[in-house]
Amino acid sequence: MSAATYETAQARAWLARRAGWSAPEIAFWAMVAASAFALPGSRLLIAEIAILGLFALSLDLVLGYVGIVSLGHAAFFGVGAYGAGLMAKHVGGDPLLGLAVAMLAAAALGFATSFLVLRGADLTRLMVTLGVAMLMGEIANQWTSVTGGADGLQGVVVAPILGVFEFDLFGRTAQAYALIVLFLCFLVARRIVRSPYGLSLRAIRDNRLRAAAIGIHVNRRIVGIYTLAAAFAGAAGALAAQTTAFVSLDVFDFTRSADVLLVLVIGGAGYLYGGLIGAIVFKVAADLLSAQTPQYWHFWIGLLLVCLVLVGRDRIRTTAARLVAQARPGGAA
Amino acid sequence: MTPALETIGLVKRFGGLAATNEVSFRLAPGARHALIGPNGAGKTTFVNLLTGVLAPSAGAIRLDGRDVTRLGVDARVRLGLSRTFQINQLFADLTPLETIGLAVSERLGHGGDFWRVAGANDAVLDEIVEIGARFGLADAMEARVGGLPYGKQRQLEIAVAFATRPRVLLLDEPAAGVPERERRALLASIADLPRETSVLLIEHDMDVVFAFAERISVLVDGALFAEGTPEEIARDRRVRQVYLGGARDG
Repeated sequence: MSAATYETAQARAWLARRAGWSAPEIAFWAMVAASAFALPGSRLLIAEIAILGLFALSLDLVLGYVGIVSLGHAAFFGVGAYGAGLMAKHVGGDPLLGLAVAMLAAAALGFATSFLVLRGADLTRLMVTLGVAMLMGEIANQWTSVTGGADGLQGVVVAPILGVFEFDLFGRTAQAYALIVLFLCFLVARRIVRSPYGLSLRAIRDNRLRAAAIGIHVNRRIVGIYTLAAAFAGAAGALAAQTTAFVSLDVFDFTRSADVLLVLVIGGAGYLYGGLIGAIVFKVAADLLSAQTPQYWHFWIGLLLVCLVLVGRDRIRTTAARLVAQARPGGAA
Repeated sequence: MTPALETIGLVKRFGGLAATNEVSFRLAPGARHALIGPNGAGKTTFVNLLTGVLAPSAGAIRLDGRDVTRLGVDARVRLGLSRTFQINQLFADLTPLETIGLAVSERLGHGGDFWRVAGANDAVLDEIVEIGARFGLADAMEARVGGLPYGKQRQLEIAVAFATRPRVLLLDEPAAGVPERERRALLASIADLPRETSVLLIEHDMDVVFAFAERISVLVDGALFAEGTPEEIARDRRVRQVYLGGARDG
């Protein structure tokens, strides 16, 4: 079994296996694609899930990969939403151009505020990120000539995508657009976390002192991934603005930042799919439970959260893995 | 000859206490030098000052004649000053393959590559494999670091520091807590370190120190107390009094 020598080819094969697409991953995306066609009555819900999933994916890059907690991730979502909304209103309704501008604007804010989260304990970071989101919310509230203040941004008209695909009432275009943008962002994130850069992020998360002690540019890496994550959150905000043709102050709400954190914790941080799975669970549960007990569905989400955190996802996962291994004859790893 | 590493009047005060007190120390190129001292002598503080974890209150640190006093931990590593930790500081969720790979990639300037899949660079892979073999990790390269036996983790501590190809390597109690059957392999890999690497060993275990060191400095109450060859230190009456307890004779 354990040879006394280890060859370059073994190392290459092991790393390639790590980077390759696994069967569960392919199955996940196949199901996503299938749901887009199989559930015509839920297109708007699926679009919302994709947007929330992208937002949570963005948070996963900073929380799951470099271990930076945030209670203000809505700052970037909101800047993206207003960026796309203002583009559509004043410059032109092309959604892809709006998406690009929204991502750039959010990335710029992410870059500028990344320097605030380089140092400090979790509590410091929670407060700093929370503060940034509050600042952005208040700016949007006061700057009524641009944002429309508490009335929201009116008169957002979004043109057809590529001049062909018009946004319709049934959410056909919205669903496809949101899913495609999500998938493209996911591909970028997946590629990055499997690169040497991504590996160094995990090293920083696990042990920042040692990461520095092997020569990793810790601060530079954090700034880089925080900026990228902000751009993704901005994309989510842009999608939300474009698919609803409306932007209001609640894009900066504390509950939005808290919900996305909740979504990521439900799905699990640090493997990219957590945000997506969490978004599905969260939105579907909200949809089902609020039909049963309107207003009270947060009760069940809260119960789920407490159970997940107390029982521990690792324990659930290892138990599941053991059951799978037992079910498969000779399948002990 | 320019020392590989030099401190000039190095001071670190914590409130009124001088944990490092006017230490002027020289590590010769290619040295096999040990730093010893009783508990609380300030050895760990000294290492933290050398590596940039702590900023000194006064004094200067020079690496190959270059002033690095104000540089951060990672910048010093890139200039060739690496260390191991007394208490393992490893990435529990990674494998030795990935851990060593991080250090090698970083040194070769590939650590920031974000669009290349890790493992696609053969030069990096070859070096990872070579370092793994050198430190007896060939059979553990794909295992999760957190689950490795303690001796292997200690080997990995040194392997990772070595992977940065340091010109100066600080070993902070590398053999501490390693069970006897794994100890021999560990000491062998320390003895096999290449001569172009100057080594400063911080150690409690006198057998390890006297087997390894060609020169020994003694730190007492934050200040350099004595320095010399192992024979001189073993003979030194004052050193025996404060440290060796007089029980040992050369």
